[in-house]
Order: sequence, then C-alpha cells, then structure tokens
Amino acid sequence: MGPSAGDTPFVPPGDDSAVSAGPVSVPLLPGPPPDWQPGPGEPRLPKAPAPRLSPRSAYVVQLIVKPNWLNRRLGALIERLPLARRAFTVAERKSKEDLFGCRMCGQCALPVTGYSCPMGCPKELRNGPCGGVGPGGACEVYPDRRCVWVVGYERAASAGHADDLRRLQRPVDHRRFGESSWLNYWAGRDDHLWTDDDGLASPPLMGDQT
Amino acid sequence: MSALQDRLASGQFTVTSELNPVRGATAQAMKERARLLLGWVDAVNLTDNQGAHVRMSSWASAIAAREAGLEPIMQMTCRDRNRIALQSDLLGAASVGLTNLLFMTGDYPKFGDHPGAKPVFDLDSVTMLWTARKMRDEGKLLSGNELKPPPSGLFLGAVENPFAPPEEFRAARAAKKIAAGAQFMQTQYVFDVAAFARWVGALRDEGLTRRCSVLAGVGVVRSLRALDFMASGKVPGVSVPDFVQRRLRGVHPDSVGEEGAKLAAEVIAQVKAIPGVAGVHLLTAGYEKKVPELLEMAGVAGERGPGTGSGSTGLGSTAMGSTGLGSTAATSDVAAAGA
Repeated sequence: MGPSAGDTPFVPPGDDSAVSAGPVSVPLLPGPPPDWQPGPGEPRLPKAPAPRLSPRSAYVVQLIVKPNWLNRRLGALIERLPLARRAFTVAERKSKEDLFGCRMCGQCALPVTGYSCPMGCPKELRNGPCGGVGPGGACEVYPDRRCVWVVGYERAASAGHADDLRRLQRPVDHRRFGESSWLNYWAGRDDHLWTDDDGLASPPLMGDQT
Repeated sequence: MSALQDRLASGQFTVTSELNPVRGATAQAMKERARLLLGWVDAVNLTDNQGAHVRMSSWASAIAAREAGLEPIMQMTCRDRNRIALQSDLLGAASVGLTNLLFMTGDYPKFGDHPGAKPVFDLDSVTMLWTARKMRDEGKLLSGNELKPPPSGLFLGAVENPFAPPEEFRAARAAKKIAAGAQFMQTQYVFDVAAFARWVGALRDEGLTRRCSVLAGVGVVRSLRALDFMASGKVPGVSVPDFVQRRLRGVHPDSVGEEGAKLAAEVIAQVKAIPGVAGVHLLTAGYEKKVPELLEMAGVAGERGPGTGSGSTGLGSTAMGSTGLGSTAATSDVAAAGA
C-alpha cells in the first residue's frame, strides 16, 4: 500500500540509512498537518491522488503491460474497432483512476515515477519535484496532501528504482489527453517518453516533438 | 560568451543579486536601485512575475538593467507561458543580446496578486532547459523546425532548493538540470551550511561542479516581521532552521536586522570555503543598499566598489532625477525564489 502520514517516525536527512543504492527502507516523511483546510480561494483538486497498489506489485504488473507480441496484436485489433476502443479506454480509465489517481494523459509515466502519477501534481511536472515542497513533504499548492513526487520517490526507492527519477522526461503532448495510454504504449507511440539514463555521459537529445 | 559566463569560467568568486521589476510602465525606479549595485555585483537577476505578482516583464527589465550599467540575467518561469511563447521569447531575448537566462518552474498563481489566473506549466524547468539547449546547439525548435539563425551564445541557468524534501534526491535533481543543459545554478536560501555542503559534495563527486557553476543563495533577514514571514511556511520553498530562528529571536527585536546581516556574512564566508562553490547569489531584492556592507563584512568585497566597472557592461548610468524612489518590494522584505 502507499505510504500515509505518520506511519513511520521521521528520520532527519543525513542519516546514512536513507542514502544507498538498491532496495532500501526509505524513511517516510510525516505528512502535512491533518487538520489543514483550504481557505477561501485556495485551490482544491476534486480528488486526492494516492496510489493504491504497492510499488512492488506495480513493477510486477509492468512485466505484463510492457509491449510484447501478444498485447501489441491485441492493441492493434482494438484500435481498429471504434466500440472496442471506447470500451477499452473506459476500462483503463476506471481501473487506473482507482489505483493511481490517473488523469488519462495518454502518455503514461508511471513506470518511471514509482507509480505515482505526475499529472496529479498541480504543476503537472514530468520532472518533479519542484523546489516548493514543504518541510514535511506537503505540496506547495495543496498543503493537505503529500507531494506526488515525494511519494513517487519513496515508492521507487523502496523497490530499488530510485534512479528512475533521474531520467529526463520529455514534454507532454496535450493532444493525447483522454486517449488510452496502453494502446499508445503497445503501438510504440510512447517510445522516447524518457531517456535511457541520467543523461550526464553525453547530452541527451530530445527528439522533435511533432 | 556573456560577461557572466566569462567571470564564472575564470574561476573567480562571483556575486550575483536580484532586482525586482517595477509594477509600472517605466523602469526608472528600478534603475535608481540598480545604481546601488554598480560595481559590487557581477550580474543581477530580473525576476519573471515573481511569486505570481504582475510586474514589468523580465526581458524589458533586463534591458533597463543593462542601460543602468549592470549585467542582466533574465528569469523565465513556466507558469505563465506555454512552449510556443517561451521559445518565441527566447528568440526575442537572444535578438537583443540578452544571453544570460535562468529557468524555473515558477510559483503557483494562488501566491500572487491574481490568484484566479489560469496556470500554464506546459513545460517544466528541466524541459525548458532542454528546449533552450536544443535551440542553441541543434538550431531547432522543439518541433524540429530550423532556426535561422539559432540563438548562439545563450548561457543557461537553473535554480535548485537543496533543502526541500526529498532531500536525498535534491543532488540528483540538480544533476538532471545539468544534464538538460544548466551551466550555472543558483540555490534557495542557505541557512544550514552543513546541509548545503553535503549537497554540493554530492554534485562534486559526480564531477558536476566543473560543468555547472553553483552559486549559493544568501539573504539577510531584515526584521522580526520578515523572519516570521519566512518561517511561516507561506513562502514556497523557504524554511528557516530552528537554530537560525533561535539566534535571531535571541537578540533585541530592533537588532534582528543587524544580526541577520552578520549571519548572512558568515554564510557567505563559509560557503566560499566549500570546494565546488563558484560564488553567491544575494537574495536582497529591495535591500540593494545593504549589498556593499554585506560583501565587506563577509570579506569578499575585494576589488569591488562603485566606479570599478565590475559587472558593468560599459553603458554608464545616465543622470536621473529623483522621481518615484518609493517602489520597494510590494509584498515583503524578502525575495522568494520559486522552484
């Protein structure tokens, strides 16, 4: 299950157990004050995004969702039939919304964000977190919830995937909102959403965003 | 290469500062404040609707700062403009010789004077840097269309907050911006020098301080009111450690400003001694008059001073009448740098 506020005592940074490669038990930061309420005029998202699938389970499911000969053909078939495509998209939306707070951006970044949806970030950062995260891990804009990138980092680190967040993610194509990201994934339209590595060895080229 | 780029490449300790653009249609008042910095700083940031408060645009303010004799750094946030406008502004900036650029994601509209405004955030700081580098080095827009000519000579900067959670990821995030093209980086307020040293150390270990010049953000807490505001959690990304609050609250309320200045001077001296630190960025917008004293207290004033030409672009300040000197920062004594 995803982390929740106050689960684990806060360990101040500088403690070496917090910084190592491979699966670690990352100290979970306490969340924002439980009694915080938005004031008049303060923005509030309709639904608080919070992943409901444990990181380890999500990474296992990824093994099935990754494009392979079967789902590529399945995807191609579904795309040819408008009714099937609509039904498939609705099913995807309902399941991913429930599990991850998915916003149906159509270009899923969950595999490299610890399965914490970056579109739940009010700034929709694909390369977060921003510098405004509160000392307890609270979102700068919605202090009643934790930063989705802090959550994502903790989840990724707990499964040994902390380095995923070092990949550079390319800008969002806003035409794709509402589309099924699985169909896009299986059809190969999601290639190059992120770099293979941290991009430091040689300047990562961002392909033309057509 | 811009004067700032030259200075950083030379390895000499570099000092940058900030100027708040005016909330008005002439930059006269800002130029008056700019004169206080002449010869003391190597470059100044011109903020982009800082804290989501509408001000004169950073490109126009940058031109005004240059007319006043300072080397400008034009800030651009991703809050107000989409990728079309951002690329367009980059081309415009390059065309008028504004080559020092500082990119950040930006504070949300709710913090500013137009909280009902629609936030854009089409790009983020990493993709913005990446885009600017693609334009400069590949000569292409994001779309792949060719630029005739490309904006060569751009000097790209970023900001980072080494202290915001998740602290163990903050060096990696800075590394990401460097991979995307950041050549210099200014940080949020440094109060905890030990934590800052750890962050710089992590970058240094990866060899990144040689690729990107790190400037530690230093500011003066001017008063008890300012301290309360900064410690309130209402300023994005700004938090004041307990040991600093204890120190500043431990003196007479009227002496908080002096103690704040002493504290800032100590921080400057301490970060200068950290290997890999290229200089400091003084978050003193609205408090320009304090900058000379601060640099002297910290022992870094060196050859600086009015009339030395340090940081000047050679265009001497014109004679100015004393019109409208009252434009101090409208909201607070401190400059809040966004993400």
